[in-house]
Order: sequence, then C-alpha cells, then structure tokens
Amino acid sequence: MRGRTLREQEGRAGLALISPTLVITLVVVVLPLLWAIMLAFQDVRLINIRQVGLFGGYTLENFTYVLAEPGFWTALVNTMIYTVAGTGLSIVIGLVAALALRDRFRGRTLVRASILIPYVAPVVAVTFLWQTMLSPQYGIVNTWLSEPIAFLTQARGTFLGVEVPVALLTVIAFEAWRYFPFAFLFILARIQALPAELDEAAVVDGATPTQRFRYVMLPQLWRIIALLAVLRFVFTFTKFDDVYLLTGGGAGTEVVSVRVYNFLTARDDIGASAAQAIVLAVVLVVFLVIYLKFFAGGERDQG
Amino acid sequence: MTRDRFERALFRALRPLVIAVLFAITAFPLYYMVMLSFRDIQELILEPGSLWPRDFTLDTYTNVLGRQGFLIFMRNSAIVAVVSVAVTLLISIPGAYAVARLRFFGRRQVHFLFLAVYLFPAIVLAIPLFVLFTMLGLRGSLFGLILVYIAQTVPVTVYMLRNYFETVPQSVEEAAAIDGCTRLSTIWRVVLPLSKPALMATGLYAFMIAWNEFLFALLFLVEKRDSWTVSLGLSQLAGSIEIPTTVLMAGSVVLTLPIVVVFFAGERLLTEGLTAGAEKG
Repeated sequence: MRGRTLREQEGRAGLALISPTLVITLVVVVLPLLWAIMLAFQDVRLINIRQVGLFGGYTLENFTYVLAEPGFWTALVNTMIYTVAGTGLSIVIGLVAALALRDRFRGRTLVRASILIPYVAPVVAVTFLWQTMLSPQYGIVNTWLSEPIAFLTQARGTFLGVEVPVALLTVIAFEAWRYFPFAFLFILARIQALPAELDEAAVVDGATPTQRFRYVMLPQLWRIIALLAVLRFVFTFTKFDDVYLLTGGGAGTEVVSVRVYNFLTARDDIGASAAQAIVLAVVLVVFLVIYLKFFAGGERDQG
Repeated sequence: MTRDRFERALFRALRPLVIAVLFAITAFPLYYMVMLSFRDIQELILEPGSLWPRDFTLDTYTNVLGRQGFLIFMRNSAIVAVVSVAVTLLISIPGAYAVARLRFFGRRQVHFLFLAVYLFPAIVLAIPLFVLFTMLGLRGSLFGLILVYIAQTVPVTVYMLRNYFETVPQSVEEAAAIDGCTRLSTIWRVVLPLSKPALMATGLYAFMIAWNEFLFALLFLVEKRDSWTVSLGLSQLAGSIEIPTTVLMAGSVVLTLPIVVVFFAGERLLTEGLTAGAEKG
C-alpha cells in the first residue's frame, strides 16, 4: 500500500473515480462557457477567428449593436410571454390531469401511457405532426373549422372581434401540450404520497371537495409546484428546438434563442450571437434571483 | 341540494370528461401520425378530413427508408445513442460511487457543478462548441456529437446513480472487502448487480437524450447528409416540397417508435425492479 493512511487512500481513490466526470464536464461545458463569455466581447466571425485569437480585440460593440436592434427587444418580449404562458399552462393542465387520474379506474394505465407520449416522443416528430395537422391546405384541424386558419404562419388574426397573435398562441399551446406530462408526473407522485388522514379528517369536518382541494391538498402541493415552475421556466426561457421547428421564428414568434442561432449560422456573426446569449442568460439569472427571494419569503410566512 | 352534494355530483360528471379530453389530445395525434404513414398523398389531399385510409400502402415506408436515406440516418442515430449510453455509464458509475461513498477533496462542491450543468442553457454552449468544432474540423463527424451528448448527460446520471448507490447497505460492501474484493471489484460484483433498476433508468435517460436531440445535431452535421441522425434528417426533409407529407409521416413513425417502445419497456422493468427490491426489505 502506497498511501500513508486509509483516509488518504480513500481521498485519492475518490478523486480518481470522479476525474473522468470532471474532465469531460470541464472540457465540454465549463471551458466553452468561459469562451462564450469572451467571444461576446470580441468582434469575431468564422473567417477571422484565428487572427483575433483568445485575448485580442476586446470591445463592447457587440452589446451596443445587439441592444440597439429593435428585433432583439421584440424577441425578448416574445420569450417572456412564451415562457410565462407555456410554464403556467403546462403546470395547470398537469395538475388537472393528476387530479383526474388520482383514483383508479378501468383503463388508467392506458390513459397514463397516452398522456406521457407528447413528452417522450422526439421533438422533431411532434413538431412535424403539428405542422401537418394545422396545415391550411390539408391539415385535419382546418377541416373541422368553417374557415381555414394558418396557425403557424399568420402573425395576427381576429378572434371574436379581438386581435390575437395567432402563431405565438399556437406555439404556446404546443409548449403546454408537450410539457404538461412532465408536471403531471411530478404532481401525481406527490399526490399519491400524501397522507390520507388529513383528507379524511376534512371530510368528517364537512369540507366540500373544492374546500378540501384549496385548504388541505394545495398547501401540500405548493413546494412541488414551485419547483416545477422554476424548472420549466429555466428550460423554456432558453428553449430553441420547439419554436425553430414549428415556425422557424417567423410570424411574430421569434424568441432570443432562435436569434442567437440565426446570428451564429446565417449571419456568421459570432460576437453578436454570443452577446445575445449572454444577455439571455443574465436576464434568466435575474428572474431566478427575484423568484427565489420572493419564494423563500413566502416559505417563511407559512412557517 | 347542499354545496357538498352539488360539488360531488359536478366532479363526478367532470372527471370522465377531463380524462376523455386528455386521452384525445394525446392519443389522437399519435393515431393520426400512424394512419397518415400508410396513406398515399393523393388520398390525403382529396380527403383531408378522413380518419381511415381507403387503401393501405407500404410504399411510404420503402420510399422513406430507401430513397430518402432513413436507413442510414437510423444507423447513425443508433451508433450515436448506443455509444453515448455505454460511455455515459462507464464514466458515471465510478463517479457516482465516489460521490456516494468516498470522502475526497471537493466532494460537496461537485453537487453544485452538476446542478449548474443540468440547468445550463444549451444555446449558450452551442456557440463556442460550434466555433471550436469548425476550427478542429470536427463538424460532420459523429464523434463530436457523441462527446457533447456525454458531457450533457454525465452530470445528471451521476446524480441519479448516486442516489441509488447510497441505498445499497454499506455492510454488504464491507463483507466483500473482507472477502478480498478490491474497490473496483466491489463495485463490479456487489454494487452494480444490486443497482440494475437504476442502471436501466440511467441508460434510458442517456438513450432518450441522444436519440431525440436536435440542436447540436443541426449545428454539427447539417452539411453532411451521410451523417444525419433521424431527427435531423426528418427536420431537413420536412421543408422540401418534393417529398410527400405521408412519406415523411412514415419517417416520423420510424423516429418515434423506437423511443416509445424503449421508454415503456424500460419503465415497466424499472418499477418491477424497484418493487422486487422493496419486498425483500
């Protein structure tokens, strides 16, 4: 044995076993992240990247340029609306689904399996399916309507006399549809772990079903709902696939992550692309900090 | 009628309705996808509202697998997914064991790193990796893609496995050590056989990420058609007007089916494994 003490041997073995994990996260995640921050402060394109080098030509130009474009602010507002509405709807539908499937019934396994499909299926397949079903030419949804609607290519339309952003609402509906199973799984697991006594006591006290939900069950679900809200918010805020595949960012649905992609590939402006990604990440962190402060305060009030 | 009785009656009536709606909005799209994949495009254009094909055709599948190259895409996806799963497990098993059992410098900080990687936006990471892989000439190679998938899944799988490893009784491991097992052979002979459900779940997670992922596949492989994964292939061909929608729907089925089968097969095994363990106490 080379080690002096067992404890030292253990420490060395631990580091040896964890090192492959650390190396790959460091090389493929942490270092690239630092580089992304550096790129945001450099005027780089794929053509001149070798001349600029790692430390050359630091500038704030990317940020002033990106923030001066009205397109960026529109995209940021879209991202906000899309994230808040998508997160909220998916959690509400997930909660309703969990309540409906709480008790056993014939065919529950089948319905449960079916509910998980939108979440499990590959995003490319389900976005293509939505495009087909909503197509104004041969989409099945439009055969049910008196007048075909171009759900994914029309920025504005009127519904009951009110002007609505059609494509943005469709993208939000997709988000709710695709991610409510995620909320459903978490909330159902929590509901099934709740002690039955509290609910039974409330029945004895004469509480109605809505009162039992409001005053007995919901207070026990707040934690998991708050956690889901954070997770879904973080994932949706920076989500690229769904919007890009559904609309390509057209028809008033451009979110910041799609802009980041377009600047990176179509415009070949790495600096501006990185700057927007950094702004997006910073806005996300600010929201998280505000939320956690707010939520941590609420937690204390509840005791 | 009292409020209580009214509410009970209301929810008794509403519940089946909600269940029916949820089933419809999730099962119908899947049914529609499968149904369209067996139809000729002419039929769809003539009768867009029909819910049952007049003639079943398999031409859509032969077309999409052969002419459109989905067989090659499937091979690529399979390589990417299988290698990702294997290497992810290979890296995360020792990592998770170390975090669960061994006291080493920086053990506490590791959690923070893993959480950060889990929540970290892929779109930010996409920029430097795109630039790096362009400079290294790694774009178009499946190797680069696999590397990114592993890096994205390993922190999460370490976390998943660690939680399970901690439930393995330490006394079993000590017994193995007394019987002369080294640390690695203890992991191999004692911990892993006891952790099969967790290994399944972890492998499943890594497989789903690798099979479904789109952004990095798009960034790294788009210019080289021979390297396309199924996801990328479908997304690229979906834009073209020459390929009939029903043929692409067959492609959708080919993309979706493996993941749905793997998920539900794995889910059942997983719950079985967990309950079997619980019965033994």
